[in-house]
Amino acid sequence: MVLVYTEAHNGQFKKAALEAVTYGNKTAQVMGTKCVALVIGEATNPAELGKYGAAEVMTVNSGNLAHFDSQTYGHAISAVAQQAGAKVVILPHSSTGKSLAGRVAVKLNAGCVSGANAIHTMDGGVFKVKKNVFSGKAVAEYQLNSDIKVLTLSGNSLKAEDGGADATVTAMDLEVPASRVTILGVDKQQGDLAPLPEAELVVSAGRGMKGPENWGIIEDLAKVIGATTACSRPVADTGWRPHHEHVGQTGVAIKPNLYIAAGISGAIQHLAGVNSSKCIVVINKDPEAPFFKAADYGVCADLFDVVPKLTEAIKKAKA
Amino acid sequence: MKLLVCISKTPETTAKIAFKDGNTTFDENGVQYIMNPYDEWYALVRAVELKEAHGGTVTVINVGPASNDVVIRKALAIGADDAIRVDADPNSSMFVAKQIAEQAKDYDLILLGKETIDYNGSEVGAMVAEYLDLPYVSYGTNLDIADGKATITRDIEGGAESSQIALPLVVSAAKGMAEQKIPNMRGIMIAKRKPLNVVAPVAAEDLAVVASYTVPEGRTSCKMIDPDNMDELVRLLQEEAKVL
Ligand SMILES: Cc1cc2nc3c(=O)[nH]c(=O)nc-3n(C[C@H](O)[C@H](O)[C@H](O)COP(=O)(O)OP(=O)(O)OC[C@H]3O[C@@H](n4cnc5c(N)ncnc54)[C@H](O)[C@@H]3O)c2cc1C
Repeated sequence: MVLVYTEAHNGQFKKAALEAVTYGNKTAQVMGTKCVALVIGEATNPAELGKYGAAEVMTVNSGNLAHFDSQTYGHAISAVAQQAGAKVVILPHSSTGKSLAGRVAVKLNAGCVSGANAIHTMDGGVFKVKKNVFSGKAVAEYQLNSDIKVLTLSGNSLKAEDGGADATVTAMDLEVPASRVTILGVDKQQGDLAPLPEAELVVSAGRGMKGPENWGIIEDLAKVIGATTACSRPVADTGWRPHHEHVGQTGVAIKPNLYIAAGISGAIQHLAGVNSSKCIVVINKDPEAPFFKAADYGVCADLFDVVPKLTEAIKKAKA
Repeated sequence: MKLLVCISKTPETTAKIAFKDGNTTFDENGVQYIMNPYDEWYALVRAVELKEAHGGTVTVINVGPASNDVVIRKALAIGADDAIRVDADPNSSMFVAKQIAEQAKDYDLILLGKETIDYNGSEVGAMVAEYLDLPYVSYGTNLDIADGKATITRDIEGGAESSQIALPLVVSAAKGMAEQKIPNMRGIMIAKRKPLNVVAPVAAEDLAVVASYTVPEGRTSCKMIDPDNMDELVRLLQEEAKVL
C-alpha cells in the first residue's frame, strides 16, 4: 500500500496535499495496490481526500502532535506506515515534508528521493523515479534498492485530479512521545497567496526595478492574475524584498506554469532555479540580456512602460 | 560548547553540467568545486560566530575522497578548529548521514546547510537527527543559544516560526542565519596547521542511487512581442501557452 502524508492548514488541505494524493493513487496503480492518506491533526473534511484518489483516510490526533515537530510527526508517520504495511510513503516537498522524509527513511530503512517530479517506473523489476538535480540544470533517475521507499513530491509536478467519492475515515490510536520543541510564535508574512514552491503563476523582478519603492507595478501585475511575487538574489540581498522571495540556485527553486521576469538579466544561477517553469516571459530593455535565450516570449522595452501595459491588457482580457 | 558543521562539496555555480559513460556519471572534466554555499555561508559562519560568543570548538565533517581536502581547508580558514573527513565516496544521502551520525555523538549542536546545490536533497540533516534521536529544525534563518537552549526561527511556506529547544539538536541553515565571510590571509595560513583527521567509514548501504541523468532540452526560440501590443502577449499566453 502507498501511504500519503497530507498537510492541512486551518483545517483545509493544501494544494500540495491534493497533488500528493493524486500522485499516490497513480503510484499505487502502477504497483497494483491502494493509496491511503494520512492526516495528522485537525482537518475539516478528511473524507474528501477520497475524491483525489485515496481509498482510505487515516487520522491521528494526539496532544503531542499539537504543533509540528519533525521528531513526533516522523514517529507518527513511520508508526502508521509500519502498522499498515506501506511500501511507499509520499510526503509533500515542502519545508515540513523535507524535514520528515529523512527521518521516516531511517526509521523504515527505506531509500529516499526528495523532489520526485514524475510517477515511478518499474523497469525490469527495479523501482526508478526522477527528480531535478543541479537546481534544475539536469534530471536524475534514481534507483531504489530497498523494500520500502520514501518520496517527497515536488510541487506543481502534476495536477490534483478530483472525481472520486469520499473515502472512509479511520482514527488511529498511536502512542506519540512528547515533543522537545516549544513553539514561541508564528509570523505570517504572506497573506493567502500560494507559497513560491507551489505557485502556478509567478511574477518576478530584479535590479532593473531601480529601487523597492517601484514594486507597485509588479504587485499590481501579480494581483490581476493571482500570482505570487519573487525576485532575483541581489534584490533580496540589498533588502529591497524579503529573503523568501529570492529564487534561483541559492534561493527557492520553482516550476510554475508561468514565470514573468522583469528587469532580471538571466544569470546562470538565476536560470537554474526557474528554468523548469512551463512558460517564461522576459521583459528587459537590453536585447542582449541572456534571459531572452531561456524565454518563450520576450518583450524588449522599458519595464516601467511595459509592465503597467501588460496589467491593463490582462484586465481588459478578463473583463 | 562543541559544534559540528557538516560540509559538502558541490560544483561551482557556473560549472557546465554534463554527463558521461552513457549519461550515468557526472562529467567532472573542467569542473571547479566549491563548498556548498548553504553549508559555508550560513551554517559554518554562524557556528564560528556562536563559538566566538560563547566559547567552545567548531569541528567540520565531510564524507568524501582526499580531493575534498581543499574545501575542508577553506572551512578551517573561515574559522573551524579541526576537521574530520570520512574517507568514502558519498553515493547516497543515507550513507552520508550514517557516517556523520557515527562521528557526531557528543556534540551540542550539529549544523548543516538546508540542501546542497547539486542534488538538492535536504535529506541528510533529518537522517542524522533520527540516527542520534535528536530534535531537528530545518530551514533555520536565525539561531541563538542561551542557557543550554537554542532559539530558532525557521522558514515555513508563507511565513516564519520561532521555537525553543534544549541542546543537543540538529539545525539546517538557510539564508538569513549569517552573512558570507571571506577567509583572510591569516586564516588561510593557520588553516594549514589545523588538524584534519581522516577516518574510515562504517558499513552502510546505498538504498537510493542515481541510475542515469538527462539534460532537459533548452528553449529553442523566444518569440519577441511588440511592446506596444500587450494584447497580443495576453492572447498568446491564453491561447498558445494556455497558462492564463
Ligand atoms: C554562488 C552564487 C550564487 C548565486 N545565486 C543566485 C540565485 O539563487 N538567484 C539569483 O537571482 N542570482 C544568484 N546569483 C547572482 C547572479 O549571478 C546575478 O548576479 C543576479 O541574478 C543578477 O540579478 P538581476 O538580474 O536582478 O540584476 P542584473 O544582472 O543587474 O540585471 C538587471 C537587468 O535589468 C535590466 N533593466 C534595467 N533597467 C531596466 C528597465 N528600465 N526596463 C527593463 N529592463 C531593465 C538590465 O538590462 C539587466 O538585464 C548568484 C551568484 C553567485 C556567485
